[in-house]
Amino acid sequence: MSVLVNKNSKVIVQGFTGSEGTFHAGQMIEYGTNLVGGVTPGKGGQYHLGKPVFNTVADAVAKAGADVSVIFVPPAFATDAIMEAAEAGIKVIVCITEGIPTADMVKAKEFLKGHDCRLIGPNCPGVITPGEAKVGIMPGFIHSKGRVGIVSRSGTLTYEAVDQLTKVGLGQTTAIGIGGDPIIGTTTKEAVELLMNDPETEGIVMIGEIGGSMEAEAAYWVKENGNKPVVGFIAGATAPKGRTMGHAGAIIGGVSDTAEAKKQILTECGIHVVDSPADIGTKMLELLS
Amino acid sequence: MIEIDTLKSSIFGLQKSQNYFVMNLHEFQGKQILSGYGVSVPMSIVAESPAKAVEAAKEIQKMTGSDKWAVKAQIHAGGRGKGGGVKIAKSIEEVELFADQIIGMTLITPQTSAEGKYVRKVLVEQNIYYPGPYPVSEIYMSILLNRATSRNMILYSPRGGMDIEKVAEETPDQIFTEEIDPKVGLQAFQARKIAFNLGLSGTAFKEMVKFVAALYKAYEGSDASLFEINPVIKAADDRIYAADAKVVIDNNALFRQIEIAGMRDLNEEDPIEVEASRFDLNYVKLDGNVGCMVNGAGLAMATMDMIKMSGGDPANFLDVGGTANAKRVEEGFRIILKDPNVKAILVNIFGGIVRCDRVAQGVVDAYNNIGEIEVPIIVRLQGTNAEEGKEIIDKSGLKVFSAIRLQDAAALVNEVLK
Repeated sequence: MSVLVNKNSKVIVQGFTGSEGTFHAGQMIEYGTNLVGGVTPGKGGQYHLGKPVFNTVADAVAKAGADVSVIFVPPAFATDAIMEAAEAGIKVIVCITEGIPTADMVKAKEFLKGHDCRLIGPNCPGVITPGEAKVGIMPGFIHSKGRVGIVSRSGTLTYEAVDQLTKVGLGQTTAIGIGGDPIIGTTTKEAVELLMNDPETEGIVMIGEIGGSMEAEAAYWVKENGNKPVVGFIAGATAPKGRTMGHAGAIIGGVSDTAEAKKQILTECGIHVVDSPADIGTKMLELLS
Repeated sequence: MIEIDTLKSSIFGLQKSQNYFVMNLHEFQGKQILSGYGVSVPMSIVAESPAKAVEAAKEIQKMTGSDKWAVKAQIHAGGRGKGGGVKIAKSIEEVELFADQIIGMTLITPQTSAEGKYVRKVLVEQNIYYPGPYPVSEIYMSILLNRATSRNMILYSPRGGMDIEKVAEETPDQIFTEEIDPKVGLQAFQARKIAFNLGLSGTAFKEMVKFVAALYKAYEGSDASLFEINPVIKAADDRIYAADAKVVIDNNALFRQIEIAGMRDLNEEDPIEVEASRFDLNYVKLDGNVGCMVNGAGLAMATMDMIKMSGGDPANFLDVGGTANAKRVEEGFRIILKDPNVKAILVNIFGGIVRCDRVAQGVVDAYNNIGEIEVPIIVRLQGTNAEEGKEIIDKSGLKVFSAIRLQDAAALVNEVLK
């Protein structure tokens, strides 16, 4: 099963012929992702990396049957690309772009409400279903097909968890990087819900950080609806108040968004919280044995 | 209705924020922006010396008839009044005296660090508490993103002039919010609702409706992350003024806000953080004894937490980003080493696109280029070419400890601190 993307996903790259798009499209093809082409306005009809280039996302949907898009468009134009994908009928839109103005995301998020699609990101590493489809910038080789789903706001910390799960032999069903911006398409709760409803996923790793209330919302949902073990880690226990740490969303304002407060909520909701990021893999192994 | 906790968290976070993602402005700059969008602000002139302050006061008197002036320290922090940074002058002599006292002082407020901030400028402002037929009132108004709904909202209270956190605690029923539909923007009925909820009538009501509309236009137009106007004054003649202006701009939008980008005041920022930002390094200075350099924000925070669990205290947050090449690794070391409290450095890189052997070479080169590095360095490389990276470190003959697993790196931190 897995969620969001699989071997049948027909993936396109928006910003296909740019340097980022080119590099990562190449990596995705190498991984075995079913990449059916890409979009660069004005370059329609050409071929790039052996795949067709389309002028519009609508063309890519009509001619190549695209249903998943990954966006490498610069920040000033990224929300336009998101909305174009939604309007064209793309079902899963993964936006990697970092640095999109919040005001643009406010409008894009509103626009998406009227469309049957799911946005992952922006400012995220993407989504991978090991052995089937890599839709993003994560290193493919650390993953292995397996039993655990991952949801995370962070990039390299996700890789850390992936690597540990691979090394303890559990592997991953799907790893979802939801992004670190103040406005993102898919929240922690929504991603956890997808994995909870996936029959192949036996356990879930939920990686959060200081700031906002997403992890708490997800935890309350797990308490009500959970039917498989969830391991949680919250980064930022040592971050000072009022300073953002790397992600625009990672800022401690009040008492409710400190790492300590979040860990407590998670624990109360039955989530197995690890204090050290080094213990994610072994904790999950213990729970699934 | 937004939860009070969420609200406090957002406002407090942005009030105090001082970082990579948003740009803070001085009050006088904020008011310039507001005024450009037709928001009513008191007449004011910024001055860098007592003599200039006197000139400013005279000019304001000529233009407005004001015979009292507010003299306000211009620093990037709120709560200036509490630290003696805002004074009301009742004569030109007092303007000079207060300007002399405030310029050059180191102002400590609840929102600054314990060391406080050096004051370089004052804003001399028309007195808007002038006499008239109606009572003067102080209102609170802010505009910010409600992260729970991904929409902007106007947050307001008839209890202005005091800390909004305190209002939220004491009288949460006195805080109102109005969320803006991004499809159509702020509507007139919403502005009227705000004015009614603030208990205004007559001219003051009409002025407030105009004020709210202009303020929201300014918020959108300037790509702001926060407007906090505390207080908004309803003056004795029923005019409305933004008496203060905390304006925070979204850094991601500066590419299209050229004029605002030019308002950046490097004097208000930590010099080491400014230097780091020149190399695209996201650095935040902390008080501990173990420096760290990590790729990725989440992993960086997790690494700091791990340092703490290993018996150390993180000396900084440093994200070298997705392209941790040799040059940036070297600059990262230089910046961390500027902090005399650093007793050890932990480099934690998870190689994806970044190849660990290149990072390892970067560490070795940096070590040799900088020379005289007295503190032990622990390098943990994982991911692409991790083994090759460890080999380069181990063979370099330098005083660098290498690890591949996270827990081994943690143990090494504990080891070197003994």
